[in-house]
Amino acid sequence: MTSYETVEDLPEVCIATEPSDQIETASWRTMRPVIRLEACTKCNVCWKFCPDIAIAINEEGYPVVLLDYCKGCGICAEECKPRAIDMVKEG
Amino acid sequence: MPVQVISGNYAQAYAAKLARVQVISAYPITPQTTIVEKLADFVASGELQAEYIKVESEHSAMQVCISAAGMGARTYTASSSQGLLLMHELLHWASGIRAPIVMGVANRAIAPPLSIWTDHSDTIAQRDTGWIQYYAESNQEVLDTALMAFRLAEHEDVRLPAMIAEDAFYLSHTVEPVDVPSQEEADAFLPPRKARDIVRPGEATRLGSYIGPDLYMEFRYKVARAMERVPATMAAVEHEYERITGRNHGGPLPLYRADDADAVLVTMGTATTTARSVVDALRARGEKVGLAKLRVFRPLPVHELRELARTVDRIGVLDRSYTGGLVGAAYSEVAGAMYHARERPMLQNFIAGLGGRDITPPMVEQMYRRLIGAGGSEVEWIGLKERKEVA
Repeated sequence: MTSYETVEDLPEVCIATEPSDQIETASWRTMRPVIRLEACTKCNVCWKFCPDIAIAINEEGYPVVLLDYCKGCGICAEECKPRAIDMVKEG
Repeated sequence: MPVQVISGNYAQAYAAKLARVQVISAYPITPQTTIVEKLADFVASGELQAEYIKVESEHSAMQVCISAAGMGARTYTASSSQGLLLMHELLHWASGIRAPIVMGVANRAIAPPLSIWTDHSDTIAQRDTGWIQYYAESNQEVLDTALMAFRLAEHEDVRLPAMIAEDAFYLSHTVEPVDVPSQEEADAFLPPRKARDIVRPGEATRLGSYIGPDLYMEFRYKVARAMERVPATMAAVEHEYERITGRNHGGPLPLYRADDADAVLVTMGTATTTARSVVDALRARGEKVGLAKLRVFRPLPVHELRELARTVDRIGVLDRSYTGGLVGAAYSEVAGAMYHARERPMLQNFIAGLGGRDITPPMVEQMYRRLIGAGGSEVEWIGLKERKEVA
């Protein structure tokens, strides 16, 4: 990312030329989803319902939580049919 | 140059057509609807080559313009009253990403109680959205101002959206002779938009997305600086328009017989015409009264208002809106501007003409009487139906 010191360094318009997934936006999370893979059916509902881009699918088809984006909203845990996701308090 | 007898709404549509707008979003609301209807005619007949996008709400209407402007298009839409209120959130987005959208607004009262008639509360409620705001007095002024608004909004030093407000029915549905510039004149005045800082297909570009506390404030400051640059750019644009069409509407605060006036009334929109006739009648009787038309409300013409304060001792401000505060919006703005004037005049606020009530010559005369007599309270509702105390 480019760094700016003063208002004069900034472009006139708030335009960015890098994709938004380069911004890590989840430092303030208090709960994190932990997936118990033994209960997971690979249905991808967690991936589908995640309002951010915090669930990726690995080569085996299992969901992986991307903690750089996860705000800990718990929607994935709520929607998971086999209840394979636990929301665990951050340390 | 052909003179056509057209409504204020058609004047808006002709201006957009002459500007060769590329994207129009349309959602109907009385009394604006015939603006976008006329534009639909222009597009259907092939007179105007534009994307005409019918949307499901005013919120979407503004989003269409923002997205199209964010990709470099010249855009136009129109709204009114509750529809404009629904747009409110998006109006901030438009100015924040510096989208030079031009919008026509037929000023209509806000419900409840439901009213379709003239009242400035709808656009006044958008004063803090970062849009340039014009208030027109005639259909000619609507057309000229809308055309000029494109050039001002798109100017490299400005890059802010602009709305042209016209009083419902008094202008929107009343026909007047309007000198419509030729397409050649319009093209000479308004070249195609030179867009910068836009998103392009195939490039990872974001407009107005997340920013931290480390940089947000600086982008607000840039909007503020752009607003500060509007007056000089507006003057240059108006000069250029006059060179091509011969017409100039007198800057943001045109004065009428105010030079030696003891009392001046500040008006917006069509009430100005009524007030001008009252000024003439009172002047004929030897009373030194004048008029200041607040043609541009955002950015507020602070310099011109302070100049007025230097020469006039008593200034009244007519608000055709009620904004929930103790005083009217235009009044508080004018008073705020004049607080730092070297000589501070006596100020009075008149609230009149809400929800389409006519502002008649006797009402305006009553305002001047209050000013000249220097009596009465700071805020007075004129033309209110109240029980008269019998002595």
